[in-house]
Amino acid sequence: MTLRALARSAAALFHRSRVEDEMDEELRSHIQHRADDLERSGIDRAAAERRARLEFGGHQRFKEECREAIGIAFIDTLVQDLRFTVRLLRKSPGFTFTAATTLALGIGANAVVFSVLNAFILRPLDVPDADSLYQIERGPDKAGAQSYPDYVDLRDRNRTFDDLAAFSFAQVGLDTGDNPTRAWAQSVTGNYFDALRIQPHLGRLFHASDEHGPNSVPYIVLGHAYWHTRFQDDPTVVGRVVRLNKHPYTIVGVAPPGFHGTLMFFNPDLFVPLLNEEQLEGNTDLHKRGTHWIFMVMGHLKPGVTTAQAIADLSSIGAYLEKTYPKDDGQMTFALARPGLYGDFLGPVVQAFLIGLMLLAALILLAACANLGSLFAARAADRSREVALRLALGASRARILRQLFTEAVLIALMGGAAGVSASVVVLRGLSAWQPFSRFPIHVPVTPDRTVYAVALLVTIASGFVCGAVPVRQTLRTDPYEVVKAGSTGYVVRRIAVRDLLLVVQIAICAVLVTASLVAVRGLLRSQNISFGFEIDRAMLVDTDLSMAGYKDGTVAPIQKRMIEALQTISGTEAVGLIDQPPLWAGSTTISIYRDMMTDLRPANAIANPVTYKISPGYFQAAGTALLAGRAPTWHDDKDAPRVAVVNQEFARRIFGSVTNAVGSYYKIRDGSRIQVVGVVEDGKYTSFAESPQLAMFFPIQQSPTTSTWLVVRSSRDPRQLTSAIRTTLRDLDPAMPFSIETWKSELESGATLFGPRMATASLGVLGAMGAMLSVTGIFGLAAYSLSKRKRELGIRMALGAQRAHVLRSALGRALKLLAIGSGAGLVLGILASRVLAAIVYQASPRDPVVLAGVVVAMALLGLLGTWIPAQRALSVSPLMLLREE
Amino acid sequence: MSGQAQLLPGTLDLLILKAVSLGPLHGYGVLLRIEQISGRALLVEQGALYPALFRLVRQGLLKASWGTSDNNRRAKFYGLTPAGRRRLREETAGWKRLAAAMGSALAANPEEV
Repeated sequence: MTLRALARSAAALFHRSRVEDEMDEELRSHIQHRADDLERSGIDRAAAERRARLEFGGHQRFKEECREAIGIAFIDTLVQDLRFTVRLLRKSPGFTFTAATTLALGIGANAVVFSVLNAFILRPLDVPDADSLYQIERGPDKAGAQSYPDYVDLRDRNRTFDDLAAFSFAQVGLDTGDNPTRAWAQSVTGNYFDALRIQPHLGRLFHASDEHGPNSVPYIVLGHAYWHTRFQDDPTVVGRVVRLNKHPYTIVGVAPPGFHGTLMFFNPDLFVPLLNEEQLEGNTDLHKRGTHWIFMVMGHLKPGVTTAQAIADLSSIGAYLEKTYPKDDGQMTFALARPGLYGDFLGPVVQAFLIGLMLLAALILLAACANLGSLFAARAADRSREVALRLALGASRARILRQLFTEAVLIALMGGAAGVSASVVVLRGLSAWQPFSRFPIHVPVTPDRTVYAVALLVTIASGFVCGAVPVRQTLRTDPYEVVKAGSTGYVVRRIAVRDLLLVVQIAICAVLVTASLVAVRGLLRSQNISFGFEIDRAMLVDTDLSMAGYKDGTVAPIQKRMIEALQTISGTEAVGLIDQPPLWAGSTTISIYRDMMTDLRPANAIANPVTYKISPGYFQAAGTALLAGRAPTWHDDKDAPRVAVVNQEFARRIFGSVTNAVGSYYKIRDGSRIQVVGVVEDGKYTSFAESPQLAMFFPIQQSPTTSTWLVVRSSRDPRQLTSAIRTTLRDLDPAMPFSIETWKSELESGATLFGPRMATASLGVLGAMGAMLSVTGIFGLAAYSLSKRKRELGIRMALGAQRAHVLRSALGRALKLLAIGSGAGLVLGILASRVLAAIVYQASPRDPVVLAGVVVAMALLGLLGTWIPAQRALSVSPLMLLREE
Repeated sequence: MSGQAQLLPGTLDLLILKAVSLGPLHGYGVLLRIEQISGRALLVEQGALYPALFRLVRQGLLKASWGTSDNNRRAKFYGLTPAGRRRLREETAGWKRLAAAMGSALAANPEEV
């Protein structure tokens, strides 16, 4: 039936009484016309009308056929089927509940995962004409970052883009007069908003005409959300002067509510001019062609320009730049990517992860369908007498199948409704959640129309899949045989298909259980390993001194004063400073060379150790053990020879041993000779799962940093120090924004733990779902096989067989399948766990605890699934069983 | 009724389309028209006509509207839609091909084989 015809049928249904009236009237009209003709041939009117009616034949049959022709019949049957189905389902609430819940789980899981997939991958950036917006990637590594001079050349020389805008990020100290706070800013070029075609919510945005060289744009634009929270939607903020890193800036406008910058999920508080980098960051790279610090360059393609044309255009500019600036520019080939997820850098990783998750969710739904399919098959078998009777009475098989499908789809719709409602709750929570408290990251994954449409489609599809399982069995039903012999004729063969379904499902569940146990074990173990520092009883104070206007020569003195001031607080054991704590968010590496090496090309580097900048006292404060030599002192300043402390792995790999290392020299990229003065224990630097890495620590006076993390080690609960730390630092500089947190919570909220935690949590949830599905599957099979063999069991019990013995033979099959499925799943799970090793610390599946855990878990599931049917069978007396039927 | 042929399955729709294509008709009129244009050789069963008419309306090949007949009675008139006109053209061509093929097949005699 075509859609149009269906629509007409539906319309006919709604105007049903009118349609029926018309039919009657048309019939009357026909008979009148016929009677007119007959009357003309000489018969009197009454006789003519009688004869006309007779000629026409059965009135009701006529109407029935007409209804069929209009298509009302289709819907009539549907309504009939629905009524019948609802009655049936009401009679077995247990079945209905189990089936709907199973599907709700499967569909809910898919809705959640698909929503996330939708938010991350399918939905474009929320800017006008997102279709023609591209970011530029450079070189074979597809680097998004560019240098400012290169950007200017690309912007001014290209002929394929409407305009090219650039942005980067900055953390700034914003002072509106009372309390300085740190805020996340997106630093943007003057043409940024115009290139993106963004209109202001209030005031104005930046324009290219604002720019007159470095530090020439004393304006900021507020993000809509920040304007709401920090300025309470006050429209008079436009024109107000605030202080950013102690420099005066005028708020010129507010960005529109839907616009959150151009890196997906990263919602900056305000927008600042990129040209004012020196004021906002404390140093400037604006003139350095070789320093690629601009986060992203992007723009709209001109109408009609293809990406290939744009790439060719950019690459010819690249060739020119390579020739003109051979020292700074190399590998200037370009590619285009979608800007939202940072192009090819983040996109593919996220995509791969999400697609993996989607597949897993689809597997769960498939398991749910397989499960339900067998429940439906069991039900169809239970109803085989009724079906046979209907067949015998002349119902067509198509009609009976239609009713079975109606039942399956109705249950799927109930499950789908429940699942989608639950997923909406989960997704609301996810959207409100800020995974990294320090970063302005929101992931709006609330479902949109696409998600609902997909959920509906999946729901109906799964209804049909479930409904399709018992089709063959229904088609083969021989009414004569069934009515004559009872319903047991063909049980044995069908069991084989159902068995396979169940084994597959148990195996899937076992895979999930294995994987989640491996992940949980890995996570637990990773919390007991040595980090190379001691997080208990330590506070972290975090600031960037550029936010308080310090730069160059003023940085080290204030850092020293901060450390000394904090040491005077009673209860502190040690205070030290590091530019960025290990295991926090990424790390910096620097290439090193042998001392004798004079050709300092990257190819000649011997290693790329993780690099930290620390103050004297850091190791003590961090609880990192010094194995040999000395830690840096305040005498290791600019005028003293350059020194470094290295870790044990560094000493062993570069110098052979700890004792050899102390006193030895090596070189870094800029040619400086560095003397190793001390060796500390190894630690974890970028992730828990990493193998030992080389690390080196430079004194802050020789390698200055405005990024400042103070480690305050206390003899008691470090939180008691919070207010003392705050007042001490306020006394030093009231305009310095900073945050205070225990090291423990800083580590827990950090990005390092996030990956493994998320992996473990998702696997845990999926594993739990898989387990629930398996229970319903086993339950279905056990209940079915027990009810089928009730009579036989009754006879055996009546003849004196032990109940336990009888039960064993009845449930043996289900348990055997459980064992086969678990075994297969365990093997698959072990294979799959290798993938996990990349994320989770020491994710070894050959862990006896994991193996035992999986076996116990699967046994428990089996027990859960068979308990109720077994109890039910045992509680019935043999006499009752025999008397039935 | 020796002079009358049995309707082949599927031909009723085509006949109705043809009858209506000659001018809008009410149900009874369609019956009379078919009788007339087939030289009284084809008779349509009265009860079978209406389901066919309704089906054609639902398929969008006919449109129906109420009007007044020559007998001055209210009646539902059927007319061709553009889709109906197209269908009539196609089916007529198809039918002619079939009839010609059947004709030549049945006319074949032993010498020609």
